[in-house]
Amino acid sequence: MSMKLVRQALRGERPPPRMWRAHELRERYDAVIIGGGAHGLCCAYYLAEEHGITDVAVLEKRYIGAGGSGRNTAIVRSNYLTPEGVRFYDASLKLYERMAGELDINVMLSQRGHLTLAHNDGSLRTMRRRAEVNRLQGVESRVIFPEEIERLCPHLDVSDHPRYPILGALYHPRGGIMRHDAVVWGYAHQADARGVHIHQLTEVTGIAVEGWRVTGVETNRGNIKTGTVLNATAGWCSTTAAMAGVKLPVTTSPLQACVSEPLKPFLDVVIVSGSLHVYVSQSDRGELVMGASVDPFPSYSSRGSLSFAESLAGHIVELMPALQHVRLMRQWAGLCDMTPDYSPIMGFTPVEGFYVDVGWGTYGFKASPISGKMLAECIATQRTPDLIAPFRLSRFSEFDLVGEKGAASVAN
Amino acid sequence: MLILNCPNCGERNVSEFRNGGEYRPRPACPREKDDLQWAEYVYLRSNVSGVQKEWWYHRAGCGLWFLAERHTKTNEITATYRWRPAAASSEEERKADG
Repeated sequence: MSMKLVRQALRGERPPPRMWRAHELRERYDAVIIGGGAHGLCCAYYLAEEHGITDVAVLEKRYIGAGGSGRNTAIVRSNYLTPEGVRFYDASLKLYERMAGELDINVMLSQRGHLTLAHNDGSLRTMRRRAEVNRLQGVESRVIFPEEIERLCPHLDVSDHPRYPILGALYHPRGGIMRHDAVVWGYAHQADARGVHIHQLTEVTGIAVEGWRVTGVETNRGNIKTGTVLNATAGWCSTTAAMAGVKLPVTTSPLQACVSEPLKPFLDVVIVSGSLHVYVSQSDRGELVMGASVDPFPSYSSRGSLSFAESLAGHIVELMPALQHVRLMRQWAGLCDMTPDYSPIMGFTPVEGFYVDVGWGTYGFKASPISGKMLAECIATQRTPDLIAPFRLSRFSEFDLVGEKGAASVAN
Repeated sequence: MLILNCPNCGERNVSEFRNGGEYRPRPACPREKDDLQWAEYVYLRSNVSGVQKEWWYHRAGCGLWFLAERHTKTNEITATYRWRPAAASSEEERKADG
């Protein structure tokens, strides 16, 4: 709850007109963050807020929040499959729960409950395992059956008529949705207020490395000298890392999503089906926000396709037959950097001073606050925080992967 | 809709095919590689934004694994061809083998 908003509402004050300012590009910064999304801006905020590092530039090639931060389906949850994943995403959810007050912005967090449907015995088994792992980590999560599912969401067809009948679901009461743009703007506003420079329309064209040590960044607006660079890009993390000579275990695939025309509020939970590759929630404007799994082959193209709309619509109508006459309004795609184990990559790289916060696949938005906080700690203290140690880049050469099959769009 | 030209069957809809990822020559002397080199071969990818040489599998057709050159930003396919053992032991592979 943001007290400032309450005061403004009562006094009829308007918020300040600019939430962040434009600056001239300086010749040097203590730290440069590539990527002005929720992750990059959050890291800048925590560098300034918790570690007193305010001489920071955030470089964004388009406008802030133009990439994954503005293209995801705004779902937050922490009911993952691995203990490492559950601990990490739950720390993130806890930061989201107090974000409105901390950043003084209405992030419209609505913890309406999150249902992951199981359509076969295999997925039901996975749901049970996830529920147990979640509970061991102190995350409320349990398996429920069709009677309770119907009570929570009367529009779902829980009969045995569909091709893939609903056998049960993993219910996660603290999961929900929020306004992703407000998260980006909140971090941008607070980072700017602490002296961080946000540079939009600033594209990184090269990273200067001398003897395995970062010395600067080249951009379309001039060169910057710096000893610390964070790659917080999504969609271009491989090409950005390649500028510093670092090769990543990442492939980039588009993920498509869409919204329907606005409807009267009827759906007050988030519905996910791994087997049918869909997730759907109703926004405060009444639109159904729907997404699918990543496209069948890797690409940097963010064009929508008819085959996506067709298969998604088919699956949604199978889940909720009452939606058969609802029209689609908009369709878009975002780029997902997929790693072999469906877990992100955070922390040090073989190049000194070059850090990564990449490989965010389909789960980046859920982790924005905690990844920014942890990366800021990693940069400021020069050691990897325990919470993100399992997600280090070197886990691949050590054959110590974190198989996170609880991620969205993974069939389980 | 993307159309792929299968070297056996000709032009077909991309939904008939499965992408097999970017082309990475397998180390020619596997026994001489250490764990780090194997990890690099198994996990690391160039993931280029540009023309990529990659594997495709004609799943709903002749079952052929073949190579294609596709621009990863526009999805424009400039060539498709069969993999040939002779071509495989070329310069590219020797280079990959260090």
